[in-house]
Amino acid sequence: MDNLLFGDNQFFGVNHMSEEKARAQAMQFQDTSAIIDVLDAAYEEGVKTFMCTTHDRISEVCDHVRANPAKYEGFHFYPCMPYAHKYNNAVTEHGMLGAINQFLPDDGLFKTALKGGMAVAKKDVEGLATILIDMEMKMFKGLSTPVIFLQNVVVDLLLGMGFHEAFRIFHDHVRSKYNAEAGFITMNMPMLLDALESVGIENPIICSNINKIGFRMCGGFDKYVETMRNRKVRAIAMSVFASGALKPDEAIEWVSKLPNLKSVVFGASSRRNIRSTRELVDKHFAACAS
Amino acid sequence: MIKVGVVGLGKMGLSHFSIVNAHPDTDVTVCDATGYLVDGLVKYTKVTAYKDFDELLEKEPLDAVMIVTPSKMHAGMVRKALEKGLHVFCEKPFCLDWKDSEALTKLAEEKGLVSQVGYHYRYVGAFQEVKRIVDSGALGQITHVLAEAYGPVVLRPKGSTWRTQRAEGGGCLYDYAAHAINLVNWYFGEPSGVSGTVLNSIFSADTDDEVYSTLLYPSGMSAHLSVNWSDESQRKMSTRITMTGTNGRLYADRQECQLYLREAVPALPEYQKGWNVRYTTDLTKEVDFYLRGEEYSAQIDDFVKAIIQKRRNTNNTFREAAATDKTIAMIIADKDRSPSNSRATPVVAAPKKSWFSLK
Repeated sequence: MDNLLFGDNQFFGVNHMSEEKARAQAMQFQDTSAIIDVLDAAYEEGVKTFMCTTHDRISEVCDHVRANPAKYEGFHFYPCMPYAHKYNNAVTEHGMLGAINQFLPDDGLFKTALKGGMAVAKKDVEGLATILIDMEMKMFKGLSTPVIFLQNVVVDLLLGMGFHEAFRIFHDHVRSKYNAEAGFITMNMPMLLDALESVGIENPIICSNINKIGFRMCGGFDKYVETMRNRKVRAIAMSVFASGALKPDEAIEWVSKLPNLKSVVFGASSRRNIRSTRELVDKHFAACAS
Repeated sequence: MIKVGVVGLGKMGLSHFSIVNAHPDTDVTVCDATGYLVDGLVKYTKVTAYKDFDELLEKEPLDAVMIVTPSKMHAGMVRKALEKGLHVFCEKPFCLDWKDSEALTKLAEEKGLVSQVGYHYRYVGAFQEVKRIVDSGALGQITHVLAEAYGPVVLRPKGSTWRTQRAEGGGCLYDYAAHAINLVNWYFGEPSGVSGTVLNSIFSADTDDEVYSTLLYPSGMSAHLSVNWSDESQRKMSTRITMTGTNGRLYADRQECQLYLREAVPALPEYQKGWNVRYTTDLTKEVDFYLRGEEYSAQIDDFVKAIIQKRRNTNNTFREAAATDKTIAMIIADKDRSPSNSRATPVVAAPKKSWFSLK
């Protein structure tokens, strides 16, 4: 895993500081070629892993990378699924079963079974989950996806419910079908680590907010630091700048000193910002390694 | 340990179950009439589950319930729970008939029970800051408020659940506008009149997709509601409050609070003359467990703590939710008595489907 991963929030109107800024970015990137330009800049700056949601527009990015294999040698996708809003709104409009039905393949046996109430009668959560994972993974066919993440909305919902077996289902399916490692995004890292260990997932890849001011580090700042210091976990830090509340140099220097921190994921809309983050990570992570 | 029953496992029900189940001071049981959800949860988690509400009340020694069923079922279930002496959290909107809301408020107060309704925006840091600014008087005399909510829920003339049927308590007025109304009520109390209401269908066959209305206050202040859940330009529900007063202008959404002051005021020493901006990062209080936003956890934590601390005042009691229900009733009455130019039928009418119909 590289120590710097490129995220996609900025492309889809997600900004935790300002709706105005989010909207401006959504406009800037509504043409997929603008996204590809920034990804090209990242690639040229040596940031070759794209951690992205399974948003419909990512499939256009995937098509582009597939069509130009030589240009993107060593380029990896880290898919993060599901893109929650499409399911969330569908549940409001169609109800729970109606929403699931919307996203299943039209001709699949499973849909036929669902129509007859068979799958739900058998409570075949595993069957349903693996089909939904496969649906989400379709757009990445033929591309390198060494780590596949479950998004925090789903991870944290299952975590609170105590449905820990679901993490095992996800872990086993991405490993057996995609030869990939499972990653988990969460806002509750210490609690999630306990849950993953309880279903036998050792030394997991967990991506969570990790920043110097403790923004959205639920369970407590001290608990996060203690967990990273004393437990087996491969941590990925997101929101290292706490949505702009921290100065970049100070923010990166702080995370670089944390034990068991494997990577930092960040978003940027310009080559200048990608380069400056790359330089900060090189400087501070090298200082820690030496 | 507070023993809590979560009743209704739809989208909000599952989310509330997850949050309250993660709370360190609770022991949770669930109840839903839908067999496959209950069976699935029992199979994969440690939770005890019931398919029948009366059986839950009878067999479980509960302290409290969270009612997260379709809106038209709220009144009857809340009454049963209160009569049993349970503290009650009810998802919004509270009751479809505000007379039920008032009767249940009275019953909860007589019995000294904790009551709360799920208007989670009252727990969003930026909207709490708005409350603090309004109460400080820093804006001078507030003359106008604009309360907006937009989002991409109903985007096509198809799909039908209880949420898209007015008689069931669905529609944009109850689902989206209720939040904006509840915030305006929180800041300024109940309006004395309502005027110029538009409740219009865009895609829905059975209910409204957009809500426009003017709330009038005795002070001369007016508030415009502008709400639309058929707006694809929004990634998710976006709620905004703008207000203008004799000493300034205030804008807030969930991420930030922007305040312009003509003159600085002693009541708000941290705000200077001119523009001030505060972001969610410093307006948001940390929660122990996070799912979909701090506000949902903060809301449930307030309910649980109120029970433990034996205080009745949550940030959204039945009394306050009843005021919101009354304002909603005023809006519907205004629409019914106004000569309407708006379309009575949706863009394309869709055949009615049942809750679990598949295409």
